[in-house]
Amino acid sequence: MKTFIASSPHVARVNRVDRIMLQVLLALIPGVLAMTWYFGWGLLINMGLAIVFALLAESAVLLARGRSPLPAIGDLSAVVTAVLFAISVPPILPWWLTLLGILFAIVLVKQLYGGMGYNPFNPAMAAYVFLLVSYPVAMTNWLTPSMLAEHHLSFMESLRIILDGSLPQGLTWDAITSATPLDEMRGKLDQNLTLDQIRQSPLWGNFGGRGWEWIAAWFLLGGLYLLWRRIITWHIPVSMLASLLVCATLFWTLDPQTHPFPAFHLFSGAAILGAFFIATDPVTASTTQRGQIIFGATIGVLVYVIRTWGGYPDAVAFAVLLMNIAAPMIDHYTQPRVFGHGGKGI
Amino acid sequence: MKATKGYAGIFGEGLWSNNQMLVGLLGLCPLLATTTSATNGLGMGLATTAVLVCSNATVSLVRNLVRPEIRIPVFVLVIASFVTLVELVMQAFFYEMYLVLGLFISLIVVNCMIIGRAEAFASKHSVDRALVDGLAVGLGATLVLTSLGALRELVGQGTLFNQAELLLGEAGRHLTFHLGDDYQGALIAILPPGAFIGLGLMIALKNLIDKAVKRLSAARRAKPVQAATQPPEPAAG
Repeated sequence: MKTFIASSPHVARVNRVDRIMLQVLLALIPGVLAMTWYFGWGLLINMGLAIVFALLAESAVLLARGRSPLPAIGDLSAVVTAVLFAISVPPILPWWLTLLGILFAIVLVKQLYGGMGYNPFNPAMAAYVFLLVSYPVAMTNWLTPSMLAEHHLSFMESLRIILDGSLPQGLTWDAITSATPLDEMRGKLDQNLTLDQIRQSPLWGNFGGRGWEWIAAWFLLGGLYLLWRRIITWHIPVSMLASLLVCATLFWTLDPQTHPFPAFHLFSGAAILGAFFIATDPVTASTTQRGQIIFGATIGVLVYVIRTWGGYPDAVAFAVLLMNIAAPMIDHYTQPRVFGHGGKGI
Repeated sequence: MKATKGYAGIFGEGLWSNNQMLVGLLGLCPLLATTTSATNGLGMGLATTAVLVCSNATVSLVRNLVRPEIRIPVFVLVIASFVTLVELVMQAFFYEMYLVLGLFISLIVVNCMIIGRAEAFASKHSVDRALVDGLAVGLGATLVLTSLGALRELVGQGTLFNQAELLLGEAGRHLTFHLGDDYQGALIAILPPGAFIGLGLMIALKNLIDKAVKRLSAARRAKPVQAATQPPEPAAG
């Protein structure tokens, strides 16, 4: 038996942007399938539209900048942006809002700063915030999860809602949409109801909203896959979820009737998705290990603060964008000591 | 020497090449707060221009009397007097406009664009030049404020010069332009981030125009030289 002996460096495989992005897309599959299961075809239609718009916008800007669009399209980063964007927005968002959001993400947030690797903000989250601030009504039109919905939209019905905004015969917006768990919780708490009263609604599952908690669990599975493939390190997701959990537990123990159970915060909204897929964006996150822990932990605290006392129901996008702008400063102060320099020894 | 620059040079510099808002990035506070519509931008721009012209002229008149140690307090005093004057005039004749712009009229006092012109230009030049400079810089600011206001209003509300009658009287009503009731505006354009994004795009546009003009004039300059020298026919191969 002969073994192949290679000389150093012993690198198993070359890390390339497109490979990493492909792994991220693979890891998103379980969560996306779960969302499609609970919310219908709209998500996939929106995702397809977003990917097409993103690739077109990316090529157009690169051509205008006098560069070849092919390498940038092949690296799949625009596709990941489009997919994350489609996951964050309601599944029946009108097509022109998807177009606006993607144009904002790719042209203003990504390419104007220099393209892949130079953007200070996460493009998908910036686009989400842009739309949420600009079109709050359309952006909070979430469908009812399938086990609670009276009507399940077929593929053609979803397509018609997205393309020309017309509802199927005999249906109203109220019939097919409902508040997200975070929205519901905030609204009911504002009415001074106790958690025991709030949780009597059929909307709630074990931790968060029914359907929603399982989507978060499937995204968690994808996140663990990314950790296993070493696409991301544990620092950001663990520190972010841990600090969110600490904040939630602290307030919950103080008063369990006006502050939701800690697991509610983990399994609602975009906490899991944000921790594994959004905050870990290698371009916009902190790069040093200590920096990543600070970065993640601050996002967790901000998510809790904005969710509890802020003006918008979910906070992951705002928290991530706020920390994106702080990432260079965090990196500056957490530079690891270079061997042989500084320190106390000499 | 700068003193030899003609009126046209001073005017062009204030209005375009050294536009205090697009190039100097001065006076961002009123820029962000008052450019939610073209009318507001125009009103703010005109008020600023009035203060700027008067303060420039006054500062230039007293420039040889004021000791350098106390020049800044004197400038502020002069500017504050004219701001009060403009404020009272607006209260008397454009009361609704005054209510819209509110605090930002008084805040013209601390607009660094105005004290910047007093310090950098008016205190070193004769009255006529200072007047021209004040007018040019003020019109340059008005141009930016109005166009940014128009941009934000159009994107955010789908209108242009809405409520222009507050500033221009009944004739202003005809200026108002509506994009139609179906238009769903992007609210962010009206909010402060919209001002930052809009200003960034306007600066990019100015740089683009400047580049194109430079390229054109360079091409024009290059041509006669070529024609005069009459290059010989290039050898084949």
